[in-house]
Amino acid sequence: MCQDCGCGDPDVVPIDVQHRILAKNDATASHNREHFTDDGILCVNLMGSPGAGKTAVLEATARACGDARRFAALAGDLATDHDAERLRVAGIRSRAITTGQACHLDAALVHRSLHHFDLGGVDYLFIENVGNLVCPAVYDLGQAVNVVALSVTEGEDKPLKYPTMFQKADLVLLTKTDLLRHLPHVKVEKIYDALARVMPEPNVLALSSLDDAGLAEWLAWLEARRAELQVPELA
Amino acid sequence: MHEYSIVQALLDQVEAVAARNGGGTVHHIYVKLGDLAGVDSDLLQTAYETFRTGSGCDGACLTIERVPPRWVCPVCDLSLTTGAILRCSNCDEPARLAAGDEILLQRIEMEVP
Repeated sequence: MCQDCGCGDPDVVPIDVQHRILAKNDATASHNREHFTDDGILCVNLMGSPGAGKTAVLEATARACGDARRFAALAGDLATDHDAERLRVAGIRSRAITTGQACHLDAALVHRSLHHFDLGGVDYLFIENVGNLVCPAVYDLGQAVNVVALSVTEGEDKPLKYPTMFQKADLVLLTKTDLLRHLPHVKVEKIYDALARVMPEPNVLALSSLDDAGLAEWLAWLEARRAELQVPELA
Repeated sequence: MHEYSIVQALLDQVEAVAARNGGGTVHHIYVKLGDLAGVDSDLLQTAYETFRTGSGCDGACLTIERVPPRWVCPVCDLSLTTGAILRCSNCDEPARLAAGDEILLQRIEMEVP
């Protein structure tokens, strides 16, 4: 109550908060991460523009690995389960997350999907995010690593236009390199330069899902990240 | 347009803070938003104006303080210019983002009994 004049008006006071607005999402993401780590699963949040080649990378990954590793995937799209179906055909246990109008996945969407998804025996879970270079970068899903697919046709300065996405990437996959011979005006070194201006430690692998160039390096990178997992019973 | 989902999370958090402090009317909300947070401040403001109606924040103003990215060398603390190669020119160390990616509810102003 106002102490100054006895008018009876309530006092307006500042309340210090200093909370991350997405704290609830972050808590759910931590919960997801615990599940993945406890089960020895490397969870990869695969992001990129629509058409960057995310699904093709996963198809090529499954093709190259054969039965040596077991993969699962959650495929986020606004509509259709086409990507999940493509991944199933490629031998990846898959489930679609159809977001309707939402431009990104969040930790709760992933968590709800996991309730209906058997991850028994899986080594890698790929979360193929909604094709979008803006919104998915904001939401932690519980992944161990963020990977961004950037195709050589998207423009050399794309990292400068979407710095948040690339700044959060643990790895950038430069995809569709088989097309470079048809694109004399595209200078790969300009893409690398742009990445170095938004990523302190630019980690880039050039890859073609068509002729499998760079695929061995990508698989080795995945294996190395999986080896770093702090699985409780092994720790 | 993920700004709408950010606003929903903001409203939930403000209402929870207000309830913990006596449930009085909220007059003002202060948010800190990094330029590298991936959230557009104008769209966030628009989304807030749309969604506050009928919520516990109906009469509350939203002030957004934007925070520019600040890249520094973790060894010598040299500040790097945004847009430059993110590696220290003195130490050759990769830069660290010291500020500019936050999405924070800083404080609210509300009536208390």
